[in-house]
Amino acid sequence: MKYIVSIGLETHVQLKTATKMFCGCNLSTDCPPNTNICPVCMGLPGALPLMNKEAVKLTVMSGLMLGCEISKYSKFDRKNYFYPDMVKNYQISQNTHPLCIGGGVDITANGAPKHIRINHIHLEEDAAKINHYARHSGIDYNRCGTPLMEIVSEPDMSSPDEAMEYLTTLKQILVYAGVSDCNLEDGNMRSDVNISIRPEGQEQLGTKIEIKNMNTFKGIYAALEHEIARQTAVVSAGGVIQQETRRWDADLGETITMRTKENAHDYRYFPEPDLLPVVLDDETIDSWRKLLPELPSQKKDRFVEQYAIPEYDANVLSAQLPVADFFEKTIACGAQPKMVSNWIMTELLRLLGESGKELADIPLTPESFASLLKLLDKKTINMPTAKELFPELFEKGGDPEAMVKERGLGQVSDSGAIEGFAKQVIEANPKVVEDFLGGKGPALQFLVGQIMKLSRGKANPQMAAEVIKKQLGV
Amino acid sequence: MEEKKTHIDVARVCELAHFDICAEEMTEFQAQLDNILAYVNKLDELNLDGIEPTMYGQPVVNSFREDVVTPSLPREDVLRNAPDSANDEIKVPKIVE
Ligand SMILES: [Zn+2]
Repeated sequence: MKYIVSIGLETHVQLKTATKMFCGCNLSTDCPPNTNICPVCMGLPGALPLMNKEAVKLTVMSGLMLGCEISKYSKFDRKNYFYPDMVKNYQISQNTHPLCIGGGVDITANGAPKHIRINHIHLEEDAAKINHYARHSGIDYNRCGTPLMEIVSEPDMSSPDEAMEYLTTLKQILVYAGVSDCNLEDGNMRSDVNISIRPEGQEQLGTKIEIKNMNTFKGIYAALEHEIARQTAVVSAGGVIQQETRRWDADLGETITMRTKENAHDYRYFPEPDLLPVVLDDETIDSWRKLLPELPSQKKDRFVEQYAIPEYDANVLSAQLPVADFFEKTIACGAQPKMVSNWIMTELLRLLGESGKELADIPLTPESFASLLKLLDKKTINMPTAKELFPELFEKGGDPEAMVKERGLGQVSDSGAIEGFAKQVIEANPKVVEDFLGGKGPALQFLVGQIMKLSRGKANPQMAAEVIKKQLGV
Repeated sequence: MEEKKTHIDVARVCELAHFDICAEEMTEFQAQLDNILAYVNKLDELNLDGIEPTMYGQPVVNSFREDVVTPSLPREDVLRNAPDSANDEIKVPKIVE
């Protein structure tokens, strides 16, 4: 029996605001525990929440990026539960009237495009961080009240790979829009995973299992693989999947029952009486729409069109916004697009990868990068010289033109000088010359190499090859 | 829309809300709540098609603040309210859900 897998994700994304959702407490991450707390986020009696407009704006911008319909009317509700990560004993969330409805994420599944629908996006507040120790648990309420956007997908993904594609694309879009850092290590993006299987041919979805609070993509992938195997084994053996919430134990590499349907929470949602509804007019929504950046996929298409670079290159360059910006700024400084693209994809991304640095942290500017490539393009310097200068520019920055002048790195394209070197090389290597004349291609490379050596790397290699051939009468 | 409730089980509500009340109170409150619900259910006699539930008493919307940091409480004050603390964290019995 073959089974069809249905996966849905509820992804919680911390928004990039300066302050909390309902109070002015600072959200910077490196503060000592329990220093960003006030009567509102501690739920002290009489304290009243006041909504952060920026959080509403960022959620609406996310909705616009993801093709959602923006609600003209939305409201907040209390979700009641007892757990020490939420001091008020309720979380302010949106139950019935979320800010964004519908939309979706376009992914590639098995080489073909696939649309993963989004059910809705709602806005809520994050809970505190609990640390577990041997004999007690300790709570840091700094995180409590952080604006948290929950993006709820439809169960449209049919493999762990598609779930990864969805999350990666979603993260890329949200980082692009500047609504979140989506930093997984910092817990900026956490997902609850729904998964069910059903026999091929059955229309109705199988009973779903929820796996809570996954904060790494790798963990989600492993949990899904495990859960698909587990459910398939249960159903194949004639068993029945019970609706329940499970927890992924990364050490054991398996999911474990957290609570069954009978013990499911009853959150007793009701409208939050301390907050007013949010009513958005077209003018406001349009003014936020104007702040949206180009989608990564749109940028990719534009790069192909505008700079005549291959689709593959455009894909790599548009994957990260800082890289895409660097590419365009370098071209704006007069460098040749295909050349910029090649150098970013090979040299620049390699050095970034090796050094573990971000583009923003290195002293190399688009101006000096463009200047180096222009020197190469005009054949003022040759490729080996450019490749030698590049790591230095990457590390320390600088003006390539001045460096070339000061160090006398200009390429020797003066035919007189090269002819002199060629003559010496031919005289000194009669055996190799014979090999070359006998038809051995690599022998020419050796002779050119010798000229490069004599010129201390500055000869124009194409010219050197031509001069040798000319002198040997080939 | 939420389904119409014709009965609210006081015992269940108390359990969910972590309320501890005695048997007599339970009976008394259940009767009172049933009464209140019966009263509200009178609304069913009207045709309410297309009428949105009233969720707010005033016709006011959009009360926002700008995203500007305001001072938080001193940590000593926060921790003084907690039953116990350790390493600047609020200490609670070990909980694992
Ligand atoms: Zn606060």
